[in-house]
Amino acid sequence: MTQRIAVLVEHLEGQPTDVTFELLGLARRIANTDGASVQAYLFGERVGHLAESLPADSVTVVEHSALHHLAPEPTARVLAALLPADLPRLLLVPNTSLGMDVAAWVAAALEWPLVAYCQALEHRGSRLVATAQLFGGKILADVTLDERPTVIAALAGAFAADAVNPGAPGKIERRDAPAELAALRTRSVVLERPEAADVDITRAEKIVAVGRGIESKDNLELAEQVAQALGAVLAASRPLVDAGWLPRSRQVGKSGLKVKPKLYFALGISGAPEHLEGMKDAELIIAVNKDPKAPIFGVADYGAVADLFEVSEALLERLEG
Amino acid sequence: MTIVVVMEQVPDVVEELAIAPSGTDLDRDAVSYVLNEYDDHALEEALLLAEASGDEVVAVGIDTTGELDQTLYTALAKGARRAIKLTGDFEGTWLSTRAAARLLVPVIQELGPRLVLTGVQAPDDLDGQLAPTLAALLGWPHASVVIGSELVDGVVQVRKELWGGITMTLELELPAVLGVQAARQAPRYVPISRVRQVMREASIETREVEAPDGLVPAVTTLRVPEQAGRAEILTGSPAEIADRIIELLRARGLL
Ligand SMILES: Cc1cc2nc3c(=O)[nH]c(=O)nc-3n(C[C@H](O)[C@H](O)[C@H](O)COP(=O)(O)OP(=O)(O)OC[C@H]3O[C@@H](n4cnc5c(N)ncnc54)[C@H](O)[C@@H]3O)c2cc1C
Ligand SMILES: Nc1ncnc2c1ncn2[C@@H]1O[C@H](COP(=O)(O)O)[C@@H](O)[C@H]1O
Repeated sequence: MTQRIAVLVEHLEGQPTDVTFELLGLARRIANTDGASVQAYLFGERVGHLAESLPADSVTVVEHSALHHLAPEPTARVLAALLPADLPRLLLVPNTSLGMDVAAWVAAALEWPLVAYCQALEHRGSRLVATAQLFGGKILADVTLDERPTVIAALAGAFAADAVNPGAPGKIERRDAPAELAALRTRSVVLERPEAADVDITRAEKIVAVGRGIESKDNLELAEQVAQALGAVLAASRPLVDAGWLPRSRQVGKSGLKVKPKLYFALGISGAPEHLEGMKDAELIIAVNKDPKAPIFGVADYGAVADLFEVSEALLERLEG
Repeated sequence: MTIVVVMEQVPDVVEELAIAPSGTDLDRDAVSYVLNEYDDHALEEALLLAEASGDEVVAVGIDTTGELDQTLYTALAKGARRAIKLTGDFEGTWLSTRAAARLLVPVIQELGPRLVLTGVQAPDDLDGQLAPTLAALLGWPHASVVIGSELVDGVVQVRKELWGGITMTLELELPAVLGVQAARQAPRYVPISRVRQVMREASIETREVEAPDGLVPAVTTLRVPEQAGRAEILTGSPAEIADRIIELLRARGLL
């Protein structure tokens, strides 16, 4: 029997998400080296037609109304029912809001090892080594995998999507919904879209983004002035939005919006992985941060280890004066 | 009835982090610890739930730092009724999520809560999040990345955030486990004088526990990411930095 590298297909409102193709790409690269095959787990309600668009050697489809939105408990229970018999070498799950609820549950239920926040996975000799981002992206941990089947929760945006379309769709294998779905303790699941925002930061050419370094709501005015002087819109990291200083529609990152402006000017943002996920593809990134070790400097094109207030004042003097 | 909140101190990632000579952990002597920010939100959400339902909030923590008392007294000062500290042979170590879950399960079973709230994640959790891990071990339904919850008619209604402002609203039967990203309102503030008063009047219950296997994460090597060669660093005074930024933007037609 060939070994399999399995991938949980994440989808939202009938569309597989980008990270799904990234994980299938990763699975393909590992499988090519190991002579393994790529198996996709596609769960949902009436999602079978998506199987044909997935670059996998086989697609295992389970359809059930409880799987409609891939809520934590039903998704995890189906995986935990199938995996002990399927026994893939690896199960790749996106380290997203949906995936993190599933990866840890499945790994704990089956007593399989788990590496979360995985940003790299590669062969070193005959071993697989997973690299995880920890401590807000300031430290990387290399973990040498042993022979056991292992769950990998992989970061979105960290792996190249599979460019190769294998041509013919892989083998599609439908399985019955496991009995576990009859005894769920998760009841209704509803998705809600946000209300329309005053400014669409995903369309802005220039963004000034502020983080916790701004210290108080009152200081936002200074950032707003810098944004105006540069012809940019103001965006923020998550803590400022959680504090209610700016609306959710201005949040950049994993749980916020993905932006790709011509300029991303980051003031007092540390560059946690969850933030970088939303902005690292901007064309030009300039960051001002007091901490020379701030991970934002790992993605910025230009950085200044400086006080954001002083740099902002100096910019305003020049642009407005 | 009871709502359990799990609280943890974590290395302050805004400070400089150094790697221990072993190469598999941080240099714990050089670390300063802070309450995991999401636990403050978990506590706030628990207190808000309890205020509406009449439940009792119990704060539980595993003392890996020797400094957990401060966190637990603060929780009591904010309105938790009891605080329980698990101690054992793991001070100064990096506890894996799986091990933490195994230590917490018996305490949770003894307390018999209808909800367990944890922070959504901690910066050191190599092996995934605690909330789904606990849910798997307890056999309870769960959700994390929670930004609001309400107890209604024997279920908990939970708002889980996906991305781009999209939320999932779930109804979970009780008991359930929630990993809290943000409480529905900013965590309350408690004056230090109130914490001091609580330190005199209340006490933390301590339980000595046996450390399970798989105590520490199975890391091969820790390292600092190579950032060199990425950002070109603009040096000089703030005025000089501002000049350079304007120059860069003009050169690209962005100003
Ligand atoms: C599931 C999940 C989803 C998340 N989604 C997102 C998301 O979508 N977007 C997001 O941003 N975060 C998200 N986060 C949170 C993320 O992990 C970080 O906590 C957050 O990005 C940190 O924001 P920050 O950089 O503003 O704050 P901090 O990390 O506190 O950094 C503040 C920075 O400001 C610097 N600083 C302080 N004072 C000054 C000064 N005067 N001048 C210059 N620099 C200064 C400091 O050196 C520090 O680097 C998410 C977390 C989770 C668990
Ligand atoms: N060692 C621990 N002791 C106490 N609580 C913990 C521990 N590890 C995790 N937690 C709790 O679980 C939350 C999420 O951590 P984690 O899922 O491990 O990233 C933390 O914010 C705490 O509420």
